[in-house]
Amino acid sequence: MSTMTTNQNSTSGNLTPPVRKRNSLAKGKLPKWAIWAIAAGSIIIGAAASTLTGFNVASFAIYSAIIFLVAASVITTVAEGKRRGKNAMWTYLIYAAFIVAVIPLVSVLYTVLEKGMPGMNSHFLFSSMNGVTGAVDNETVANGTPVVGGAYHAVMGTLLITLWATLISVPVGMLTAVYLVEYGQGKALSKAITFFVDVMTGIPSIVAGLFAAAFFGMILGPNARMGIVAAVALSVLMIPTVVRSTEEMLKIVPNELREASYALGVRRWRTILKVVIPTAISGIASGVTLAIARVIGETAPILVTAGIASNINLNVFANWMSTLPTFIYYQILTPTSPTNIDPSVQRAWAAALLLILMVMALNLLARLVASIFAPKKGR
Amino acid sequence: MTTNALTSKSSTSGRAGDKVFSGAALAAGVLILITLFAVAVFLLIQALPTFLADPAEISGGEGFFAYIWPIVIGTVIAAAIALLIATPIGIGVALFISHFAPRKVAGPLGYLIDLLAAIPSVIYGAWGYMVLAPALVPGYEWLAKNLGFIPLFEGPASQTGKTMLTAGIVLAVMVLPIITSLSREIFLQTPKLHEEAALALGATRWEMITTAVIPFARPGIISAVMLGLGRALGETMAVALVLSTGNLIPSLIKTGNQTIAAEIALNFPEAFGLRLAELIAAGLVLFLITLVVNMIARGIIARHKEFSGAN
Repeated sequence: MSTMTTNQNSTSGNLTPPVRKRNSLAKGKLPKWAIWAIAAGSIIIGAAASTLTGFNVASFAIYSAIIFLVAASVITTVAEGKRRGKNAMWTYLIYAAFIVAVIPLVSVLYTVLEKGMPGMNSHFLFSSMNGVTGAVDNETVANGTPVVGGAYHAVMGTLLITLWATLISVPVGMLTAVYLVEYGQGKALSKAITFFVDVMTGIPSIVAGLFAAAFFGMILGPNARMGIVAAVALSVLMIPTVVRSTEEMLKIVPNELREASYALGVRRWRTILKVVIPTAISGIASGVTLAIARVIGETAPILVTAGIASNINLNVFANWMSTLPTFIYYQILTPTSPTNIDPSVQRAWAAALLLILMVMALNLLARLVASIFAPKKGR
Repeated sequence: MTTNALTSKSSTSGRAGDKVFSGAALAAGVLILITLFAVAVFLLIQALPTFLADPAEISGGEGFFAYIWPIVIGTVIAAAIALLIATPIGIGVALFISHFAPRKVAGPLGYLIDLLAAIPSVIYGAWGYMVLAPALVPGYEWLAKNLGFIPLFEGPASQTGKTMLTAGIVLAVMVLPIITSLSREIFLQTPKLHEEAALALGATRWEMITTAVIPFARPGIISAVMLGLGRALGETMAVALVLSTGNLIPSLIKTGNQTIAAEIALNFPEAFGLRLAELIAAGLVLFLITLVVNMIARGIIARHKEFSGAN
């Protein structure tokens, strides 16, 4: 009875057919071109609104986006109903979130390429900052000659420190993962290790640096700064990443493989070394590569452990060392010549380009390694 | 004297191998626990002079607490700005990649966002210093002019743009990929049957997400945000390069404020004696804060796991 009344009410209040109005599935739908029309309209209005307040690209984009969002949601709500209107609004918001997230990525990559390319040459790659002083930079600017000085010392420092950090982290990290998956299942110690590895992933990089500095400071006296201290600091950051990725990979090795090996009378340690790890090696290798990519760009721990150097130092066990990240940092924050900062800025961006290329190469390598070493699918 | 093949010499050596190998694995695991413990102990020992020193000798002259308090607040403010910006965008991007983007492009787009995580922090710092900060100056002037009555946007705005808000935005960019990649993983794990059931009942895509995906993923999202918080609290380079430091002030668009990590990075290279101990003590405080945040994050995940059945 009550449905009848509402039906009559809506009929009397509306000219549109009541039955279609009540059924959301049969409701009208906007034609496909409508959304493009709304987009075009909001761009035009956005441009107009932006011109009123003094045109610039940022305000134009923001105004257009807001107008489009509001208009598209309202029009969809009117034409297709409240629920679809809400759906449309959130859909466009989520698309917007993605676009907003990509802007900084594009901006960073563009900036690094644009400002890094001019300084990227063989002189930059194969010479150090030894002997390059503010006076040298002032002269370069005054005479308009090419920038002197490069990042060779920093590249070597980066490679050596990262190499040592990898040498420390990979055995420790892999053995820990083996313990967690193969020996420690269900034990309290293994639970504690898992928990603290998780906690360790959250250690701020500068604290890891301070730890290494404090540790070696107590052994070798204060201000003991050299490559190996930095390598230890980086290991603290790298080990948890290695443990986590290796652990994940070992876990997905099918138990049937282990059992088959045990059934043949093979010892546990040989089963692990010859069956389990080879099966998982692709994932482990790519995880290690990603861990290297993560620590190679660390700045803060190097800053407090390896100091800063302008000459080439290939010995990680003595004297200060520079790495690419600290080189960039100091070239920007304390330019070689405080009056003519351009050469320093150019060197910094060229080093940034080099560093990004290294990191990207490592990331690609990780993917490549994963596909090359992947276990054969069979058949 | 015929020995059983199963108990022959090679087998005994195998047993030794077993012991050595399992011992090594155990040692590696214990080493990690010791390391974490050592981090705390060594920082504490080296920081000790700060707590024993005469308050007048500490930077600022009023004791360690008065020294550390403003930069702890600064650290929290920077991280809060970063999370306020990065959380909605990060979850939106994760939803976009998992549920909205066409299947074919979703994978490459996810990789694109992961690239954000691969860029070293010092490059973000350099970008913030040279590109973002100058670009934001007009925005800050607008804020100071129109919203200046709110203490947060009190003018006059910084002319270099090197302010707390800029540092927060750079941090947000750095935290975003963490939140995105973790929540994307969780969103993709939503049971397909739940999603299809919601759609079959006539739900729109957004209703399907609010009724099937979000409830399933909530603990995952919380942990992703907490891990992002941990990163934002401890991030050094972005703040050290982008923020032009000063005393603690409420305005986000003026020069001022400082974070623990940046304070250490900027002063450590020249520090010695008591100042060194002071900075290590600051590092200890940062370590404890991030430790607590991470432990809470892990706790939340562990608790929700039991109820949600998500593993």
